[in-house]
Amino acid sequence: MVTTNAIHESLVKIVGKSYVSASREEKYFYARDGGLMPPHEPDFVVLPRTTEEVQEIVRLANREKIPIVPAGAGLALTGLVIPQKGGIVVDMKRMDRVLEVNEKARYVIVEGGTTQGALKSYLQKHHPHLRHSIPDAPPSATVVANAVIHGQGRLAHQHGFNSDMVSGLEVVLPTGEVCRIGSCSVSSYWFSKGPPLPDLSGLFLGWFGTTGIITKLGLKLYPCKKLRDVMVLLTDKVELVPDILLRLSHTEMVEDTVISAQPLPLRFRGTFWIMTYITGDSDEELEFKRKMVWDAVWDYFQSRDVGFISTSPEGKAPLLSMPSKDTTRFADVAKGGGFQYAGPITPIEKFPAFIRKLEEVAAKYNVFYGSTTRLIGSGHCMMFSFSFSFNRANPDEMARAKRALDECSKFALEEGAVLWKPDVDEQKMIMEKMDPNTLELMRKIKRLLDPNGIMNPGNWEMR
Amino acid sequence: MIGLKFDKTKCVDCKGVFCLTRCQYLQLDRDTARKEWQKIVDGEDSFVLEACTTCYACEEYCPFHNHPFYLIVERQEQKGILPAPRPIITMWINQCQPVGRFTVGKVDERMLSYCFLPHFNTLVKGKLFDDTAGAVVFGQEFFCNAVYLHYAHTSVITERLPQIVANIGKLGVRELICLHDECYGTFTSLAPAYGIEVPFKPVHYFEYLYNRLKGLGKTVKKLDVKAAYQRNCSSRLAPETDKLVDDIFSLIGVERVKREYDKENALCCAEIIRMGKGPALADDIQKRNIDDMVKAGAEYCVFNCPACWDALADKVARKGIKPVHIIDLCKLAIGEAQSLKLPELAVEV
Repeated sequence: MVTTNAIHESLVKIVGKSYVSASREEKYFYARDGGLMPPHEPDFVVLPRTTEEVQEIVRLANREKIPIVPAGAGLALTGLVIPQKGGIVVDMKRMDRVLEVNEKARYVIVEGGTTQGALKSYLQKHHPHLRHSIPDAPPSATVVANAVIHGQGRLAHQHGFNSDMVSGLEVVLPTGEVCRIGSCSVSSYWFSKGPPLPDLSGLFLGWFGTTGIITKLGLKLYPCKKLRDVMVLLTDKVELVPDILLRLSHTEMVEDTVISAQPLPLRFRGTFWIMTYITGDSDEELEFKRKMVWDAVWDYFQSRDVGFISTSPEGKAPLLSMPSKDTTRFADVAKGGGFQYAGPITPIEKFPAFIRKLEEVAAKYNVFYGSTTRLIGSGHCMMFSFSFSFNRANPDEMARAKRALDECSKFALEEGAVLWKPDVDEQKMIMEKMDPNTLELMRKIKRLLDPNGIMNPGNWEMR
Repeated sequence: MIGLKFDKTKCVDCKGVFCLTRCQYLQLDRDTARKEWQKIVDGEDSFVLEACTTCYACEEYCPFHNHPFYLIVERQEQKGILPAPRPIITMWINQCQPVGRFTVGKVDERMLSYCFLPHFNTLVKGKLFDDTAGAVVFGQEFFCNAVYLHYAHTSVITERLPQIVANIGKLGVRELICLHDECYGTFTSLAPAYGIEVPFKPVHYFEYLYNRLKGLGKTVKKLDVKAAYQRNCSSRLAPETDKLVDDIFSLIGVERVKREYDKENALCCAEIIRMGKGPALADDIQKRNIDDMVKAGAEYCVFNCPACWDALADKVARKGIKPVHIIDLCKLAIGEAQSLKLPELAVEV
């Protein structure tokens, strides 16, 4: 067993002394996120600049059997990059370049630490007619981490999960080899993560860094229309929401649809706010789409069950901002900066039952709640958030929020949902419910790729 | 006792049934109008109650000041008729609940009411408000609640308004300068119509602006521009204030263009109508209104109500007409800059 000092020296040799730390301050910071999972400190934090440096770090860790945790901005809120067993946190933020945009094949290749904000700015500046699916996470969230957790963004309704939009990967395997996934494994083009080849991207997406470190990622880009607008529909009948969502989806005119439900501020109480986004290259195109949306729910409007709010340009601005600033506002509604949500992916028919559960659990544990739901695919499923905010200086409130979350997650699983970016406790719940043969397959894959179990241990840990 | 002071004998003497025959949306002949109005007076069902766009204009058309619109709203509520979808009404009722979140600036005998409209934070500045800036009430506790006339909920008004009036009175305010017609109309028309005593003097901000401009004397320069004036629904509650628009325009050299949809024949901004009746009627009203401004040669569209601004400023600008709030128009005349401007189009991709 080599000494801690020797590991430190080895890491310094790989990335330079400015990019390795074992200081108390750094370890404190990397031990936690904004959510409710208990902190655990790493032994080292290292910031590589190149794929080769990542390879060397991984080889070192594999050789010495040291846990290694690849980290983006650490914004998942479910503790996915808290180093549960210490070791090395590999902070990817220095690998932040946009490497290539192929305008005609509509994809971008980014490095493993490129942020959503940087990619958005880059595209606006250099390729204004192209866009990517921006998630409602802070701009410092990384493109790779969001794909790894199967994030969803502003194009989720049209194109699915952000991981569905991946068009190729470069991965450093737990044993140190670099591997290309998708069309880029046989071609210089990064247009497909799998087809027509066997789709190996599934060995890495959704695994939370337990099977390798993604150092480059290809991402599909989509047309960026000149104009964008939001229509805000309200209903006070929860049972109508799934049908309204299906009708909106049926128009094939809307880009994105999200639903807010929360008791405060007061204007939200008692109603469900459905924000549906439309885009166009001309006023005429937008107007046509607006009409289609009105027509889709016209009978509900006539029965007075659904209404549209007239919203001023100033009122629309926060709704149109990407990422949404409202998410951040809600995150601190209890003051004290604590916020976490369980985000089951579920059929949209479950919306009424999930709302009722959210209200019941919030009352039971006396915690402040909210919910933002996003339609994924053409009504194929939705991400329903059981969201709770809490004061981080109030341990009792935090404990109640955690119990509320656990109860909601358990409920969601029982109702047929699958938990999104689950924390380690929720991962256990999922694996307990999972088909044993599927679990065994996952175990075999994990053993094959990571024989020493060094990659983000604690996560997807199949006993 | 709070209740609508409606005198049905006045309607018996009415020859024209102007409340309904002059309605811009119903187009009724006098006989039909009389028959339907009698049903409304008697508390019977009438298609008028369903068809009403809540534009408030019949309040102005009634020569007897008998409050036909307030009666329509009462009847709508009694019969459970919803002029807008139920969740929209719920949202409004919840949003404006007095829950202890309000702003009171420097307390004075003479204060400005911002109603519940944040636009006035932008508009109220400069020389025009030298002697009143800071003396402000804003928020649910001071919100006039007249908006519920659009939503068939007089009951919310009669429940909340006495406390609102009391809240203002408790501050020791003698003169409340109302920056929104909805407040002025509430304190001068709605409250008296329901027997709610108002212990302060409501002052319309047009009167305030006119007097300030007079006081500024030679500082005021003629703008020499042509403008269309956008009347708002709640100005119907205090139609006498419309003359002050002409007085202000005259002081600052603005020609109020003659057009079909002005004065008593004005069209509202139509966004309330959009929420209640849908986009077809609202779009038609807005198009007719703006086309009329263009046809009349207006260089500016002058707004009184911030909600009209939100609804139409962008749309008139697209037709080459400059949108400006009347407070800002007065500022331009004294060499100050326009404060409330059209935002960058809220498009971010």
